[in-house]
Amino acid sequence: MIRPDAELLLDITDLHASVEDQPILKGVNLQVRSGEIHAVMGRNGSGKSTLSKVLAGHPAYRVTSGTVRYRGENLFELEAEERARLGVFLGFQYPVEIPGVSNLEFLRVATNARRLKQNLEELDTFDFEDHVHERLKVVQMDPAFLERSVNEGFSGGEKKRNEILQMALLEPVVAILDETDSGLDIDALRIVAGGVNQLANANNATLLITHYQRLLDEITPDYVHVMASGRILRTGGRELALELEQIGYDWVDKELAAQGVA
Amino acid sequence: MAVSTGEHVLAPVQQRGQAALGRLGLPTRKQEAWRLTNLSRLEAVARMPVNGVATASDAPPCLDGVVRLVLDGVNDPLEGVTLPEGLTPLEPKELELALGHTLDRCGLSDDWLVEFNHASAQQLLALRVCGTVPPLEITMAAASGLIPTRVLLVVEEKAQLELLQVFSGRGEAAHSHLMEVHLGQEAQLNHGVLACADGVAALFAQLAVEQEPRSTYNFTSVVQGWSLGRIEPRVVQVDGQASTTLKGLAVADLEQQLAVHTWVCFEGPDGELDQLQKCLAAGRSHTIFNGAINVPRKAQRTNAAQLSRNLLLSDRARVDTKPELEIVADDVRCAHGATVSQLQEDELFYLRSRGIGASDAAALLLRGACQEVVDLLPTHASAWRPLERVLEGLAS
Repeated sequence: MIRPDAELLLDITDLHASVEDQPILKGVNLQVRSGEIHAVMGRNGSGKSTLSKVLAGHPAYRVTSGTVRYRGENLFELEAEERARLGVFLGFQYPVEIPGVSNLEFLRVATNARRLKQNLEELDTFDFEDHVHERLKVVQMDPAFLERSVNEGFSGGEKKRNEILQMALLEPVVAILDETDSGLDIDALRIVAGGVNQLANANNATLLITHYQRLLDEITPDYVHVMASGRILRTGGRELALELEQIGYDWVDKELAAQGVA
Repeated sequence: MAVSTGEHVLAPVQQRGQAALGRLGLPTRKQEAWRLTNLSRLEAVARMPVNGVATASDAPPCLDGVVRLVLDGVNDPLEGVTLPEGLTPLEPKELELALGHTLDRCGLSDDWLVEFNHASAQQLLALRVCGTVPPLEITMAAASGLIPTRVLLVVEEKAQLELLQVFSGRGEAAHSHLMEVHLGQEAQLNHGVLACADGVAALFAQLAVEQEPRSTYNFTSVVQGWSLGRIEPRVVQVDGQASTTLKGLAVADLEQQLAVHTWVCFEGPDGELDQLQKCLAAGRSHTIFNGAINVPRKAQRTNAAQLSRNLLLSDRARVDTKPELEIVADDVRCAHGATVSQLQEDELFYLRSRGIGASDAAALLLRGACQEVVDLLPTHASAWRPLERVLEGLAS
């Protein structure tokens, strides 16, 4: 839903970032307003996942120049946990398995960290159980997964559902979903996409990082961006994703060559 | 007369122990078993007066149905206790025959720590287990000085027991504990050791276990916070065909040194071992694991797996881990592995990306690392809140 007067949630200007001294992002510009769904597409290695990790505050990624303002605040002055508490959410491409840490306890601690920041009351164990069972419906998840260690022994689909369950509990303002569709069969994709659709509203925004049109059949983006060589090369509407499905990414090389990049 | 405190039996043992100590002298770093040990701390323990004053007990109330016996090195642990059906003290004649038998089978003759216990122990708890008995807790009370204690358990054929041993230590104190267990055919023993201290006290615990065929021995040890701690479970499957599980957690901080030396010997075919030792080293602490597995030619079709997982929580902590597999039989499966790592950056970031602060995230991960082993303690260990105890003891 595009509304030009909607709140500017994320304002990325000329963002450069490196990992292990290797420059990956080379001047990303992107504005995300509330109510919007953006899809970021591009080849492997184009910088999509790096962008998501930089926004979430992964310590292995170093911002070398540029700015990101989140609701007017300098995002880079905030630690990863502070960003999360303020409503920035990263859905991981590869959710991490944490043996020995109960999923239920993890979800409760995370939910309460966010609630405290929202000036809401913390939920005790009993209230949280009611709350989480309600939210499980968003991704049609079996409550048995609450009793297990975080993501341990979960299938690919179960891990992604667990990510969206976390999103449902944390109610983020900006959700960045890094290849949430990878490793999902068609049914699981529909369930996960259905969850994302249920959670998207006029007061939040979603950034979908994906390789495939099939996710965008389920979640309709307002904008589609194509990343290449660490920047956004082209931006269009949902028809751009359909066009990419037809023509692939060969044109990217020509365009980069024309810009003197590749 | 039934015997629980074995002054008569132990008097000659004590004499032999004192003679042996005189002959052996103190361990030196030239001996492989003591190469990494902080010997000045060992010497300090060796000089401690025996059986000091017991300090106030920190034991929580027992769960319903649990039998608790307290060993303080002096008093009769059975005084005023009504033992449940199936649990009886050994008769003096049985005791004379049984005492020391399992130590020999486990290769502990002339062992310095065994002789150290022999030289000072005046208290012995010797019990026979028949049938299925209620859960048993043996608490080694905290006291000042050296507390030598000795236990002998005969678990009869097809008997089943859940046993928890609790060691506490505060201040200038040390436990010297020696235990012998004989498991009859098809007997099952689920044995836990929870040993937490204040960073000053010392612990030596030697556990010798003899398993008859088709018996099951599950041992879980949780050791934390001893200035010098050394726990040595030694198991022999006398005719193979038995099942042994050893799961251990050692958590060290500050200047503590915790060592776990295990030895499992298969004296027959078709034996099984499943072993996991976890060591967490913080501060300037040092953890040591030495895991010996002995599979002679007669132990064909042995199936053994040993894993040593270590977490270094500071740049100044030290971990030593050594698997020691001696395999002569050719038709066996013996897997072993060791890992040493720090808290995983990806795990920390995952938790932080959900709003959990860095120190809380680290605490959650540590809790997870400990819980895997702590959860395996006999269920009546819950009265001691073992996980909280271990984590509270991690000061830095």
